[in-house]
Amino acid sequence: MVIAETRSLEKVYRMGEVEVHALRGITLSFTAGEFVAIMGPSGSGKSTLLNLLGCLDRPTAGQYFLGGEDVSCMDDDALSAIRSRRIGFIFQSYNLIPQMTVVENIEVPLVYQGLSERESYRRAVEQARLVGLADRLQHRPTELSGGQQQRVAIARALVSEPLILLADEPTGNLDSKTGEEILLLLEQLNRAGRTIIMVTHDPDIGARAHRIVHMRDGQVANVHTSGVG
Amino acid sequence: MWTVFTAAFRFRLRRLLRLGLQSLWRHRLRSVLTVLGIVFGVCSVIAMLAIGEGASYEAQEQIKRLGSQNIILRSVKPPQDERASAETTRMIEYGLTYDDAERIATTVPAVEVVVPVRIIREDARHRTRRLDVRLKGTVPWYDEVAKLEIEPGGRFIRSTDMHNRLSVCVLGSAVARTLFPNHDPIGEYVTVGAEYYRVVGVVAERGRGSRDDPASDTSRDIYVPLTTMQERYGEIVQRQISGSMEMERVELHQVSVRVKDTAYVEKTAAIIRQLLERYHRKQDFEVVVPLELLRQAERTKRIFNIVLGSIAAISLVVGGIGIMNIMLASVTERTREIGIRRALGAKRRDIVSQFLTETILLSGSGGILGLILGVVIPVLVRVFSGMPTIITAWSLVLAFAISVAVGIVFGIYPAYRAAHMDPIEALRHE
Repeated sequence: MVIAETRSLEKVYRMGEVEVHALRGITLSFTAGEFVAIMGPSGSGKSTLLNLLGCLDRPTAGQYFLGGEDVSCMDDDALSAIRSRRIGFIFQSYNLIPQMTVVENIEVPLVYQGLSERESYRRAVEQARLVGLADRLQHRPTELSGGQQQRVAIARALVSEPLILLADEPTGNLDSKTGEEILLLLEQLNRAGRTIIMVTHDPDIGARAHRIVHMRDGQVANVHTSGVG
Repeated sequence: MWTVFTAAFRFRLRRLLRLGLQSLWRHRLRSVLTVLGIVFGVCSVIAMLAIGEGASYEAQEQIKRLGSQNIILRSVKPPQDERASAETTRMIEYGLTYDDAERIATTVPAVEVVVPVRIIREDARHRTRRLDVRLKGTVPWYDEVAKLEIEPGGRFIRSTDMHNRLSVCVLGSAVARTLFPNHDPIGEYVTVGAEYYRVVGVVAERGRGSRDDPASDTSRDIYVPLTTMQERYGEIVQRQISGSMEMERVELHQVSVRVKDTAYVEKTAAIIRQLLERYHRKQDFEVVVPLELLRQAERTKRIFNIVLGSIAAISLVVGGIGIMNIMLASVTERTREIGIRRALGAKRRDIVSQFLTETILLSGSGGILGLILGVVIPVLVRVFSGMPTIITAWSLVLAFAISVAVGIVFGIYPAYRAAHMDPIEALRHE
């Protein structure tokens, strides 16, 4: 089942007089339960694509369907609602809110969905347990290791049961051992049915995905599908 | 604002408050310093208004004591001409006369009561104690018009005293206290000038009069029947002034006129003024209308309040700018947090309400602290300087409401700026 689909997506940035074509017609579709890696050199448009897939930005042209809805012309409020319900973000630098505890950080997407305090706390605790942080609920991010912080971020991405998980260099700030643990966790989540789209520049990490989308100059250069899945 | 409120509802107020407190607590010192501007602003609004209110209340009480239904005529010594002042012994004749009082009582329509008063400065003695007093010769209905209260056990001058020119007197409270510190003066005798008077009553102590104005201090008065005074002193008072003998002939020093209704006070005052001007060639009297003074005092108070209010408002605005400054810095500093929240589904209005809550918490807590200080300071002023202060409920409400309003007004721009950041840029922010 196709859950996310882009049709000749284009993105043009205006930087003063110059127009920068970051994306020049991207057509891709993602099926449920897929693990996709997006690779390419810097400036190839992979971050722009991730931002569009994550509904953080609107395309200049083309369409983007997420869960059957055309989100390419939604207004800011509607996009915010989509982000909190359908998308889970995992960032390279974790992006936890420093003054809040682990459980409060995990709760954030639920809070913006308007869930009751009790319900969002319950679900946040459950999610923390799933990523192995049940004993760190009241800690602040600064009291945790990098690997633990990324686990908090993953728990936060999962807590609203999103359609897709978007991971932007999820192991970029971690040593190889911890990075491996995080990758294993992502693979485990994928096996449990999560759709993961991951941006990376590391071919070894990309190789763990079912499908690798290579990008160059704002276009899809080639798509490589591995035997798995 | 509406969208912010609905968002606040959705986001749950308690959560918003907790979030705000969390962020403010993280920068405790900064929050406290920011709040100080509002604290002093609110405190100065309340304290200034309390002191102003106290001062004007005192002035108004003094005027009210004169009676808003009354018109007071006073004899005024006219400026002397050159020829007269060259003589060593001279006789000056001026002021209100018995005829004036009679004319006012009989010809001016709205007049209810006319109270003539003659005042002579004397010293009063009882055994070894003495005190400078004003001896007031007056009529039995004086106490009613001047709103004097007589201590239980005593009485004011009666008409029989007048008819028989009896040597009886009523003491002002300070006179009674000084001459008879240990016992009841009723029935005792006091010597005023060269004459003896039997004490028949004592005036009850009135609310503290102003010490700055001894003329309005009636506690050092002694009241005797006007007829008695006429007999004892005649109409001419001799005074020795710097080697020369001065003789004054003044029939009445003051005439209080009570009008039937306050509505007629100003018109009646004008009629009396005209009447007197017809019979007096010199300007040797003045007409005081307490009602006019009261209105004047109210106008002055209003201006005073406006001036104080605007000074205080300026300090609140300064405090508000301080808050805005800190909030703008905070927004920049937390750009990344804003980006994260937006990525995780925060709508613009969620961000607005988050930052607005913080500013309102800042200014509101400043308002509460200022409220406490603003109540404490006037109390301290009252205790230590004796200056009367009155804290009005409306000044508390006003000051607090303004502090919260300052929080909203100066919080809107930083909150708007936070909400309109590009989430992608914000996430990249270091």
